[in-house]
Amino acid sequence: MESNFKNMTVVLGTICLVCSLLLGSVYAVTKAPIDQAGVAKVNAAISQVVPAFDNVPSQEMTQVEGSEVYVAKQAGQTVGYAVKVAAAGFGGQIQMMVGFLPDGTIYNTSVISHSETPGLGAKIAGDGQQAPPRAQIVGKNPATTRIAVKKDGGDIDAITASTITSRAFLKGVETAYDVFLKIRSDEQEQ
Amino acid sequence: MSRNNKLQIILDGIVRNNPTFVLVLGMCPTLGTTTSAINGMSMGLATMCVLLLSNIVISAVSRFIPDKVRIPCYIVVIASFVTIVQLLLQAFVPSVYEALGIFLPLIVVNCIILGRAEAFANKNGVCDSACDGIGVGIGFTIALTAIGLVREMLGAGSVFGFKFIPGDGALAFILAPGAFIVLAYLMVIFRKLTSDKA
Repeated sequence: MESNFKNMTVVLGTICLVCSLLLGSVYAVTKAPIDQAGVAKVNAAISQVVPAFDNVPSQEMTQVEGSEVYVAKQAGQTVGYAVKVAAAGFGGQIQMMVGFLPDGTIYNTSVISHSETPGLGAKIAGDGQQAPPRAQIVGKNPATTRIAVKKDGGDIDAITASTITSRAFLKGVETAYDVFLKIRSDEQEQ
Repeated sequence: MSRNNKLQIILDGIVRNNPTFVLVLGMCPTLGTTTSAINGMSMGLATMCVLLLSNIVISAVSRFIPDKVRIPCYIVVIASFVTIVQLLLQAFVPSVYEALGIFLPLIVVNCIILGRAEAFANKNGVCDSACDGIGVGIGFTIALTAIGLVREMLGAGSVFGFKFIPGDGALAFILAPGAFIVLAYLMVIFRKLTSDKA
């Protein structure tokens, strides 16, 4: 078809208009399910890292030093804290959740998203079989255990050939512990 | 056109015009997402959806599109469908959405889709273009699933997530070099098998 200024403008304009209307309606339809999926993911991560609770932690989120803290309660009694932190890994940010018991003991950890090397650092996210650093820090208290890989003088094994990922993960745990201490001292002041 | 002809178009897309093994288009998602069979298959199916929809729409409206704004128009159509597929996956199958990551929005710039729009959809009718979309889409899906299957078997010792040997496999096959090696071997096998027929 011959091109002139008028028909080019009209055709391209019409196509853009129709497409944006279509996109707008799909966005409106999918917005609620997408939000739900996001909340479900956060809740799933929380329930993995703290003991059984009966409140809805995602509704009781507090921001402490830029990290999100979710408090899990059973019958009004605080049973654990889930701290969401990001650590700089080998291939980008590792988004993770660290769960503490009220006395500071690490209950469990969960890796929400990461971009580590497949087959090497990506083991950090392994769900069924936890990688060494994750399995080893469960039940440890950062107040009494040095949360660092053995190469750095700590007490934790790194994933073989993925020291940087392991280091980043443990750094994230330390950050989470600092946030945990902060929120504990805030609570005691109140 | 007869039904035979439509079947021929679909078969052409799978065999004679196979996007991965013959046309060698869309190598970026082919190498990037095939770390497991299920990832490869999801990527193939997502691409097939976009390809089918964009082929239908482009063949329907190509008569009204002035030549000089042809490509921008195609890109707008393709990008819209990609975004729709992306939103739907994110809403209803978030696990697939996360596994595909950046490669999902990158379907927009996948050569296969723009290539089929230019080479087929703008010259043929809606029905034929839909058949072409299905055929090429199936061809792409089969290729990606095959590469993913081989890489997963050799690299992780599992098939579609079910482990058949304990422990790790040859890690290289999960990493980038494995993608190139597997692609090359499968391409040789595919061409050997199809050259006899042609």
